[in-house]
Amino acid sequence: MAEAAPALAARTPTLFERLRRAADTPAVLGPLLAAPAVGLLAALVAYPLVFGVWLGLTSATLGNAGHFVGLANFTALFADPTYRAATFYSILYTVGSEALKLSIGLALAMVLNQRFRGYRAARSLMLLPWVAPTVLAVLAWQWLLDPQFSGISWLFERLGLIHHAINFLGTEWNARVSLIVVNVWRGVPYFAIGFMAGLQSIPAELLEAAAIDGAGGWASFRHIIWPLLAPLTTILVCFSSIWTITDFQLIWTMTQGGPVNGTQVFTTLAYQRAIPSGNLGQGAAIAISTLPFMIVLAYFALRAMREK
Amino acid sequence: MSASSASKPWLRIYVPLTCYFVFMFVPFYWMLLTTFKADHELLTTPNPWWIFHPTFKHVVDLVAGTQYLHWFANTLLVSVGATALSVAVSFLAAYAIVRLRFPGSKTLSAAIFFAYLVPPAILFLPLANVLIALHWFDKLWALIPIYTTFLVPFCTWLLSGFLRTLPRELEEAGRVDGASHFQIMTRIVLPLAKPGLISSTIFCFTLSWNEYLYALVYMFSSANKTITVGLTTELIRGDVFQWGQLMAGALLGTLPVIIIYFFFVEHYVSGMAGALKD
Repeated sequence: MAEAAPALAARTPTLFERLRRAADTPAVLGPLLAAPAVGLLAALVAYPLVFGVWLGLTSATLGNAGHFVGLANFTALFADPTYRAATFYSILYTVGSEALKLSIGLALAMVLNQRFRGYRAARSLMLLPWVAPTVLAVLAWQWLLDPQFSGISWLFERLGLIHHAINFLGTEWNARVSLIVVNVWRGVPYFAIGFMAGLQSIPAELLEAAAIDGAGGWASFRHIIWPLLAPLTTILVCFSSIWTITDFQLIWTMTQGGPVNGTQVFTTLAYQRAIPSGNLGQGAAIAISTLPFMIVLAYFALRAMREK
Repeated sequence: MSASSASKPWLRIYVPLTCYFVFMFVPFYWMLLTTFKADHELLTTPNPWWIFHPTFKHVVDLVAGTQYLHWFANTLLVSVGATALSVAVSFLAAYAIVRLRFPGSKTLSAAIFFAYLVPPAILFLPLANVLIALHWFDKLWALIPIYTTFLVPFCTWLLSGFLRTLPRELEEAGRVDGASHFQIMTRIVLPLAKPGLISSTIFCFTLSWNEYLYALVYMFSSANKTITVGLTTELIRGDVFQWGQLMAGALLGTLPVIIIYFFFVEHYVSGMAGALKD
């Protein structure tokens, strides 16, 4: 190699070699390597996002570009009781399921973080609801919560808890609670695995020192574990809230927003207005109206990530 | 375990775990039961939590009487394509951002992170217009570039975190030996990045396999549907649910990702933890 180098340098470099040498600097090669990703995301994320905001300001329908109508779509939405119902349940669905996922996920992580017989198997099985295709698992839930043939109703009747099968998805509040339970079922593993990583990063000496100082289980949780997990908790909750408040597949599969808009959320309403009804402008306006939530959640997530 | 901390492990560990695992397995068990139950048994049975007359009828009907195998093949094709494209494109971008650190790489990294936070529910309507303009509507392969919209940001992020953990000396040693930046990437870093690449591959594959909204909105002919869309639109007609076939389809559609998952559990867990850490 060393002997060959002077010979190479003596020859006049061809155009190809000169180009190759020019490309061999971070300032040129970097943008070149990033270009495919940037191109895809610019065309299929950035442009549609901006275009979506524009669409929300027009009277577009399927197959008709419409014209600029200013904030008319938005003022119509705020006066629309269905949109208000969607806002209500989007928030309830998100707050309710985040609170449950956070507490159950943390509890599960604390249990799984211990060494016991079968802990490896338990850790890997725990993730299944998160891995399984949501729509397919949710179909099973829907059939399990059938108003007539539910195995859960059968069990409760046998236990003497109820006398009639529960209409899990057929009444407003039953449906609202059922959807939150199914969302929790799917989302707990995400929190659990996040918290397990967080718990493993807490130095054992810290907890041992606290135990020597006489801190019990609750005291060391309250004063050591919880504060140390706080930034991670914020990150998990913010990310999970972003997915939950814009969740479509779970709700659309199980109730399609019913009964009577009882479980309508932003995304199901946007879909209904835009695709079957063809009112693209209003659908886009509904979708865009979730952006403020996204921005706030992203801000807190980023801040917590810096803290970590 | 020390006597003081583990006086009652069954109460502290096994009771809560059992409760959780029952809750967790119930829908899967119900799916399995329904798949192999005869139709009359779905409606009248002394105990719905058991099968008294097991049958393969639903599986046979699903495979022979519907387009299920076709949807399965579609899902596989789109998932493999989207995964390959996304992992390749993301690796290049992540390498550029983390290891080359060219002017503007910080901004690019932030932009890709924001793209990760844009949910499909916001994008699906304006993206429909883009697809119409490109004549990509109802074209199965179009799902491959569409899925990169959520795969590439996620994957770039995951791989950036992974590439950051490799020591800087690698490049320096490579430069001293006269390797170009491109050679360092392909010959030194790429082989070392294998665990990160495996993690991102299985994540991308699972995410594509499970996708619903885009496929639902953009694919309307039966021949171009994926499993999730085919089952929910073709086996549910109004209020008529073919539960036996639906659950058979759900079971067969869930198995591939579960099998892959069990082969790569460690990569899954480390990948997920890594994605959160960054």
